[in-house]
Amino acid sequence: MDYERINTVQLHGLTLGYGDRILFADAGIGFGWGEFTALIGRNGTGKSTLLRTVAGLARPLQGYITVNGHRTDAMSRREIAATIAFVSTEEVKVENLKVADVVALGRAPYTNWVGSLTDTDRAKVDRALSLVGMQAFARKGIGTLSDGERQRVMIARALAQDTPIILLDEPTAFLDLPNKYEIGLLLRRLAHDEGKCIVFSTHDLAIALELCDTIALLEGGRFYYGTTDMLTESGDLGRLFEDTPLTFDTATRNVRLRDRA
Amino acid sequence: MPVAVVLTALLLLADMAVGSTPIPLKELWRGLTGSGTDESIRYIVLHFRIPKAVTALLAGAALSAVGLQMQTLFRNPLAGPYVLGVSSGASLGVALFTLGMPLLGISAPSVWWGGIGTVGAAWTGAAVILLIIMAVTTRIKDIMAVLIMGMMFGSAATAIVEILQYMSPEGAVKSYVVWTMGSLGGVMLSELRILVPVLAAGLALSVSLIKPLNMLLLGENYARTMGLDIRATRLRIFASTILLAGTVTAYCGPISFLGLAVPHIVRMAFREADHRILMPASMVCGGGILLLCDLASQLPPSDMTLPINTVSAFIGIPVVIAVILRTRKNS
Repeated sequence: MDYERINTVQLHGLTLGYGDRILFADAGIGFGWGEFTALIGRNGTGKSTLLRTVAGLARPLQGYITVNGHRTDAMSRREIAATIAFVSTEEVKVENLKVADVVALGRAPYTNWVGSLTDTDRAKVDRALSLVGMQAFARKGIGTLSDGERQRVMIARALAQDTPIILLDEPTAFLDLPNKYEIGLLLRRLAHDEGKCIVFSTHDLAIALELCDTIALLEGGRFYYGTTDMLTESGDLGRLFEDTPLTFDTATRNVRLRDRA
Repeated sequence: MPVAVVLTALLLLADMAVGSTPIPLKELWRGLTGSGTDESIRYIVLHFRIPKAVTALLAGAALSAVGLQMQTLFRNPLAGPYVLGVSSGASLGVALFTLGMPLLGISAPSVWWGGIGTVGAAWTGAAVILLIIMAVTTRIKDIMAVLIMGMMFGSAATAIVEILQYMSPEGAVKSYVVWTMGSLGGVMLSELRILVPVLAAGLALSVSLIKPLNMLLLGENYARTMGLDIRATRLRIFASTILLAGTVTAYCGPISFLGLAVPHIVRMAFREADHRILMPASMVCGGGILLLCDLASQLPPSDMTLPINTVSAFIGIPVVIAVILRTRKNS
């Protein structure tokens, strides 16, 4: 099948790893417009490394990535910054740094040498804040927010960067259950309503199953990719729990302890 | 901000008026504008007061700008040119030059070459320490560990200097010891011709770093995905740090804690994290505070002046303690 035409982000024979250790080889999956994709897999399989590589923070051992047919390794720093926004796991806690300032930094690829905001920049910052429901917090210090509120601000910063693609590394980690779902619903809405390509890594299988359009499962150096229903019915999700006391029940879409013999 | 500028300007005038021969403001004004006055006052103003006050203003601005950019780059509230050993590195460079060269039987061919050599030695020393700190901070993230490391560099530099002093003739030692006590009055009018353009270039470089520094507030990953060239930015920060901290140390001796303290004073006063405000404010307030230190070192009016290093420590140390207490509480 020719994915090139429908996918915005496409991996081409991508091999990632460090030195002698290969995480996965010759990957060729892609992510589409307006699509909300969960990247799942056990710890250390290479989810973060994949996101970091697509964002231009790490280099692949082999292969390359295209966005709308253009190779990212041939793009300038500024072009990549205008195409892909990244939300990392780093905690931003800087004294006196206000929420509006953090979101305004998302405009950095477009502002002048000292970073002054034009009216357009200000409008984009305001819109980003209202999309994540944080306008009321604009003048608050980033250090005074709860984990869930801070994650929303970091997503608003990515929105202000005005890119067709947003990658997020475990945005729901360390959040309580209601916050996990609220962030998940927010991202899903942004993918569908704003037409963005949103890919996030997560260990929250339930959120991925309930909210995502597609799932990319990374296990044993291989990708199992498809719509959420496809992956559930094929039984591929069960691969997450091989050699563990857990099993995935395809009928109920639940994870449970294996029956003890 | 306008308040800070006005205060600093007043301190600049006050610093020119105060000295072993107090000059009334009216006389000072005549001396500055050159509108016919006592020739001796004109001479004092031109050759002693202007160099001293201009040096204090620029040195204070330079060290504070360096402190601010080091704190942001290393993501460490306790970073500063003195605390992390950059000033010690510059001192060691100067010691190797002023004490080591005579020991090897080499003497500078002229006073001018001696001056250039001192500055060059300070830059080299500062650069070496910066590279070591950078190598250490990429491996160790702990703020306190880096701080202790910086103090160790300082002690190591002091130890080497002491060995050099032990071996050197008395004359060379005396001139070195006077230099380490830090003196703004020691800068001559002719030396301003090197000091002013070099510091102006370093300060301009710091101003050009405002946007990259703001991006670095979110961490290097965020900065890179927003299009920042981290390596080039780090190089520019190092260049300006070496130019500013190295040159100030070469001409005035090590000035303790000012670079660390001023950015915190500015953060507390302005309640801001944006370098568009922090950078100019640190420069203005740093200049003003070093002028204040210089004034304090000359009071009560007498021929005795305290080393500037001692006075700046009194202002800097309480700020350092406050910052340590606050970071401990937050973590």
